[in-house]
Amino acid sequence: MQASLDDIINRYKAGSRESLLPLLQDIQIEFGYLNEEAILKVGQHIKLPSSKVYGIATFYDQFRFVQKGKFHIKVCRGTSCHMHGSLNILREVERVLNLKEGQTSRDGRFSLEAVSCMGACGSAPVLNVNGEFKTAIAIPDIAQIINFYKSTI
Amino acid sequence: MLFDIEVNGKTIKAKREDTILMALERNGLKVPTLCHIKDLLPSGACRMCVVEVEGRQGLIPACSHPVEEWMKVRTHSPRVIKARKTNTELLLSNHPDDCLYCERNGNCELQKLAEDLNVRERRFYGKKNKYKTDPSSASLLRDPAKCILCGRCIRICEEIQKITALEFIGRGNKTQVGPAFNKGMNLSSCINCGQCVMVCPTGALAEKQYPAKLQDALHNPAVKTVIQCSPTLSVTLAEEFGLRAGKDIEGIMYAALRKLGFDFVFDTSFGADLLITEQATEFYNRLKEGTILPMFSSCCPAWIKYIEQTHPDLLGNVSACKSPQQMLGALVSNHFAPLAGMSADDIYSVSAMPCIAKKFESQREQMTHKGITDVDLVLTTRELARLIRLNGIDIEQVDPEHSDQPYQSRSTAGKMLAVSGGLTEALIRTLHFLITGKETSLLKIQELRSGKGRKEYFVKIGEYKLGFAVVNGIGNVEPLISEIKKGRTDIHYIEVMACDGGCVGGGGQPIHPENNNIKARAKSIYELDEKESNKFAHQNASLQSVYNLFLLNPGSEVSLTHLYTTYEEREVMR
Repeated sequence: MQASLDDIINRYKAGSRESLLPLLQDIQIEFGYLNEEAILKVGQHIKLPSSKVYGIATFYDQFRFVQKGKFHIKVCRGTSCHMHGSLNILREVERVLNLKEGQTSRDGRFSLEAVSCMGACGSAPVLNVNGEFKTAIAIPDIAQIINFYKSTI
Repeated sequence: MLFDIEVNGKTIKAKREDTILMALERNGLKVPTLCHIKDLLPSGACRMCVVEVEGRQGLIPACSHPVEEWMKVRTHSPRVIKARKTNTELLLSNHPDDCLYCERNGNCELQKLAEDLNVRERRFYGKKNKYKTDPSSASLLRDPAKCILCGRCIRICEEIQKITALEFIGRGNKTQVGPAFNKGMNLSSCINCGQCVMVCPTGALAEKQYPAKLQDALHNPAVKTVIQCSPTLSVTLAEEFGLRAGKDIEGIMYAALRKLGFDFVFDTSFGADLLITEQATEFYNRLKEGTILPMFSSCCPAWIKYIEQTHPDLLGNVSACKSPQQMLGALVSNHFAPLAGMSADDIYSVSAMPCIAKKFESQREQMTHKGITDVDLVLTTRELARLIRLNGIDIEQVDPEHSDQPYQSRSTAGKMLAVSGGLTEALIRTLHFLITGKETSLLKIQELRSGKGRKEYFVKIGEYKLGFAVVNGIGNVEPLISEIKKGRTDIHYIEVMACDGGCVGGGGQPIHPENNNIKARAKSIYELDEKESNKFAHQNASLQSVYNLFLLNPGSEVSLTHLYTTYEEREVMR
């Protein structure tokens, strides 16, 4: 069963500013992203203005502010993948999905994220759909991969 | 303890625990900075204050580095100048380059620095970030494109005002300053005090303005224009025209306003006298009836928004009196207009204020009737000065005039609302008369005239032993409120002004990065109070005649209808 927002927040002591990041991480693990309600409630709980909570959360790439799609696509932008043309891969995914990095499609099916390194440098360039790696991909593969996931819905 | 350091080949005295910048400033040496705010912890964001220290490889930011005994500092070596210039050029590479069209043209710290450093060509080209301006607030216009991320607004809002409406959002070259969720300021906890505008080095933060609307009204013969100017204006306006800070130019100001084309010129000091009389009556009634105490002052709209959003449970403590601006505005609509044979709809009512929160106040739903505002437009001191320059009026050539009837006279008590503690002093004078029937001889309360953020004063008036607390700078109010909530009962009246020093330090005042002139303006107000004979709000002759003919007496039905207001709990992103 999913823990409620209040449950997660109440795991941490009220007024403890130092628990901001673990708290935000817990919420993101549970819900996949941080919504406004979460940020406002966290701020109230640890006595930090919401502008600060939002400012700190946006400082870190790990936090998302829109809900993930049914299929969450991560494109690796680490050094090795970059050398193997991952920028073009990212642009192609954006083109096929008609989405920008960091966005979720309106129908909620796909979301796209660029990440630093997924530790599969030997198989660059890689992308990852809901935890499943696609290795050594080329531009023409992308439409195929995405069509496959579209067809499963 | 003092010790010697060497700066540019000369020996100067430095104090232990000073930063290099403080040591330099103490000795009259200047290094530029775009992010430093005096008396706040350094942030070291802008890197303009870098200096060369012998024996150190890199340049050192003077604002955040402690001064040490062995130091040999060079503040303007070629290397330092080159670094500052490059920094400035890099800032400009992501700047809109629209100085000619900018609010702060001619009074911009970035512009001045570029000028001083002789930046004459563009060396860095690149894609500029795209930003949206935020026009959502009634008081503030935020233009992130002009922001140089110095962080001054964030720090003044968080560390001094303790509101924390703004923060850096994102990181790296995508960083910008904004309220929570980067939404509109109108949804944020911003109280519109405008202290962020006062410290912004560029035009990224400014007051909301409608110059065309005003011009239309001034030149439309079918519309009668009325202006009221705040008690603070007469001791501030002179600065904008190169005269001595704090010089009182009341009569000249009235005359200049007529020259601008205003049909009727009133002084909000009259409204202030009215407020004092009404509020003293309300306070006396609360004392007699033993209803909710302490009573909070209500003339600062930033404070009102603060208490509405932060302590809605205390709204009953807030005086129901409108602010002087809104009292006079309501009188103009409901008393002056019929008297002059006009309909309130034909009047365009303007006010000139040292404040940007007044813009917000005039738009409050409680200040409108069927959607029509009592005060249609609020100008800041800066806007008014610009308007005077625009119309080619030479302040030094203008002969003083009086303001208009029926609100012509004012007391110095009304004038005192310009300074923190002044409202309380003025109120005590009228309250003394209400309670004892005699005038007080207590005309100078030193306890309320200090520069402290929080002041208290205890006095016995008639049979009442009363405690008065005065707060200036909204960041100082929270400790007092928690004392009250914990059951402190020796305080009966609390005056709160959101800005440091009261209205003389308001967010609509002239922007001088180096000296804010707050003390000079306050001094001038106190001198007026010393010099002039009418020191009592309730003795104001015009006010007495308005009472005789229209309002009848303080707290009457007519007063309650026009001069009192209500407050509402506010949901904001806190």
